[in-house]
Amino acid sequence: MHYLVVSIFLAVFWVLLSGYFTGLLLGLGALSVLLVVWFVRRMDQTDKEPGRLYPGPALFGYWFWLLWCVVKSNIDLARRIWHPRLPIQPCWCRLDTRVETPLEKTLYANSITLTPGTLTTDIKEDHFMIHALSQEGVEELREGEMERRILRLKV
Amino acid sequence: MSLLLDMLSAACLLAGSFLCITGGIGLIRMPDFFARVHAAGVTETLATPLLLFGLMLQMDWSLDLLKVVMIMIFVLATNPTATHATAKAALHGGLKPLVSEDDPNDTGEPSSKP
Repeated sequence: MHYLVVSIFLAVFWVLLSGYFTGLLLGLGALSVLLVVWFVRRMDQTDKEPGRLYPGPALFGYWFWLLWCVVKSNIDLARRIWHPRLPIQPCWCRLDTRVETPLEKTLYANSITLTPGTLTTDIKEDHFMIHALSQEGVEELREGEMERRILRLKV
Repeated sequence: MSLLLDMLSAACLLAGSFLCITGGIGLIRMPDFFARVHAAGVTETLATPLLLFGLMLQMDWSLDLLKVVMIMIFVLATNPTATHATAKAALHGGLKPLVSEDDPNDTGEPSSKP
């Protein structure tokens, strides 16, 4: 079932990128799709815990919320960069976290890195190491709204 | 309608260009490697999407439009991974982040904690 979804996704991707419907190109596309699905199967056998993330309404909701966060922190950082006194207080500290599954950890760490001003440098069992340009950035993460939203996704 | 789209597109392109310059200025002004990574993030996370969105508004409905959407998604998906890898490589190579002295939550040696 999973491989069927992957094949359909890849086939649609090929058609969108090529835009040609001649026999040769569609045939090459089918061949590529089969090859990639075979690779994915082999990778799943090596990786004992394959995380699977299917986009749903909840995930899209999270993405829009994240986009808004990215815009806000970009404006904040741009203001700091142009400020004559360069008001930054870089800090490197520990962020305790309740996320558990590898997929949740990846999502959370990448979301932190994607918002400018905070950066995940290390992922441990129950905490992340965060480098931030300001104390407010760390405080905002410690309040845990992003974490709650990720836990609510149940991925 | 077309004038409105043109104006919106111009606003996006101008804002994106301004943020690109901001990222460059930040790259020069920031004190150390880790702070520079944040500044570079401005050009990737908001400037690029704004520029691409501004371009999209100039395009007709076609496959090319979809390709630009895909470029945007790929930039946003790969940026945090690459940034994380860069920062981790710097730490691994023995570079310690510069931290401000008046920071009360500064732990100094975080990796040694359990």
